[in-house]
Amino acid sequence: MTTSVPHLTELPLERPKGCPFDPPAELGTLRDEHPLVRLTFPDGHEGWLATGHTIARAVLADPRFSARQELMHSPLPGAAAMMEMPPAAPGMFIKMDDPEHGHYRKLLTGKFTVRRMRLLSERVEQVTTEYLDAMERQGTTADLVPAFAQPIPALMICELLGVPYEDHEFFRRNVMPLNLPDASAEEQGAAIDALGQYLYKLIVAKRAEPTDDILGELTTTELTDEELTSIAFLLLGAGLDTTANMLALGTFALLQHPDQLAALREDPELIDGAIEELLRYLTITHTGARTALEDVEIGGQLVKAGEAVALSAQAANRDPLKFPEPDRLDIRRNAAGHASFGHGVHQCLGQQLARVQMKVAFTGLLARFPKLRLAVPADEIPMRTDSDIYGVYALPVAWS
Amino acid sequence: MRLEVDRERCVGAGMCVLTAPEVFAQDEEDGRVRLLDRDPAEIGDAVQLCPAAAITANA
Repeated sequence: MTTSVPHLTELPLERPKGCPFDPPAELGTLRDEHPLVRLTFPDGHEGWLATGHTIARAVLADPRFSARQELMHSPLPGAAAMMEMPPAAPGMFIKMDDPEHGHYRKLLTGKFTVRRMRLLSERVEQVTTEYLDAMERQGTTADLVPAFAQPIPALMICELLGVPYEDHEFFRRNVMPLNLPDASAEEQGAAIDALGQYLYKLIVAKRAEPTDDILGELTTTELTDEELTSIAFLLLGAGLDTTANMLALGTFALLQHPDQLAALREDPELIDGAIEELLRYLTITHTGARTALEDVEIGGQLVKAGEAVALSAQAANRDPLKFPEPDRLDIRRNAAGHASFGHGVHQCLGQQLARVQMKVAFTGLLARFPKLRLAVPADEIPMRTDSDIYGVYALPVAWS
Repeated sequence: MRLEVDRERCVGAGMCVLTAPEVFAQDEEDGRVRLLDRDPAEIGDAVQLCPAAAITANA
C-alpha cells in the first residue's frame, strides 16, 4: 500500500513574490498530487508533511497521534534547538494528550463559550471606539498595527485574564521571541523565564486576594501555582499576536480586494462569513505536528510509530477539494471547516474570543473610515516572514 | 433527524452553537454541549465542524 512519495528536505516557507497573501507555491503543487509526503525535520527526524485538508483533519482528530512535548518534532526552522524536550510542565496542556489535556481544558472551556465571548462585544466596541478616536485625533494617516491591530486584542486578553495592561510592553517583548523561529535557545529561554516569573508573581498575588477575572477565578480551583502559571502563559501568549495579525493582515487583504471590501461595506451582515474567509485565506499560523503512537495507515501511507506528521494549515486551507477556487478571496463563500484554529481535541480554546474581536474591530474600522486606503504602495508593506505568525510589521493607512 | 451528543468527548469549542444556535448550547459551568432540540429539522454543518466528533445525527 505504501507508494513512492516525494521527500522534502525542508518545509517550504517562501511565499511567492508579489503575492503577500498566498502560501508557498510548492505546498500547493505537492498537495494536489500527494497530500501526505515525506519530510526531513530540522532536527534530522524523518517524518511526514500533511498538506491535504482531509488528511490534516484526520491526523488532528486521531488519538493515535500525540501532541506530547517529549515526542514532538517541529517542522519550523530553529526547532533543531528544541531536540529532546522533557515532558510538558504541569498545566502546559497544549503539549499533552488526554486525559491530562482534557483535565486542564475542562477547567477553561466554560470561560470561553460563544455566549460569554459575545457578552464581551460591548466592551470590545468601547475599546475599538477609543482607538479609532485616537487615530482620528492624530490626523489623516496612521500605522494601523500599533494604532489599532495590536492594542485592541492585547487590552482585551489582559482584561479577561486579569493581567495589568500597563505591563503589556514588558510581556509583548517576552512573547515575541517565542514566535521568532530564528531566536536562539538562550533568547527563547530568557523570554520564557521572564514571562514565567512575572505570571507566577501575579498568580500568587491573586491567590492572596482573588480578583474577578479568569486567572482570579482559577485560583479558587485545585490548580497549583505552577499549573496556573503555565495556563496563564498559554492564554496570554495565544491571545496577543494572533488576533493582532489577523486584524492588520485582514485589513491589508480587504484593501487589496476592493470588490470584496465594497461588498462588505454595502452589506455589513456579511461580516461573519468574511471573517471565516479571511481566517482561511490568510492562514496566519502553522498547525504544528503530531507524533504517531503506533503504526497508522493514513492516506494510503503507513506512518510508523514514533514518526511525526507536520500539518500545514496553509496548504489545507487552499485545498481545492474542500474550497473551490481556493486562491480567490470570496467573503460570500462558505469557509467554515478551515483549519486555522486547528481541529481535534486541541482546537483553539480562544477561537470565539477571536471571532468577537474581529467582528467588532473590522466593523468599527470600516464604518469609521469610508475612504480607508493604503498610504504606501502595497509592495512596501513589511511582511512578517520571520515569525511563526504571519502578518505585517506595519500597515500605513490614510482615510481623508 | 435524531441527535445525540457525547458530553465526554466534547471539548467545548462551541462550533455547534455557532452553527446552529437554536439546537445547541454550552453548559454555563464547563462549556460542554447541551442539546436544546433533539429532533431538529436543520443543523447545517454542525456534525462535520465539531472538532471532537461529539455529535451524531441519525436520519
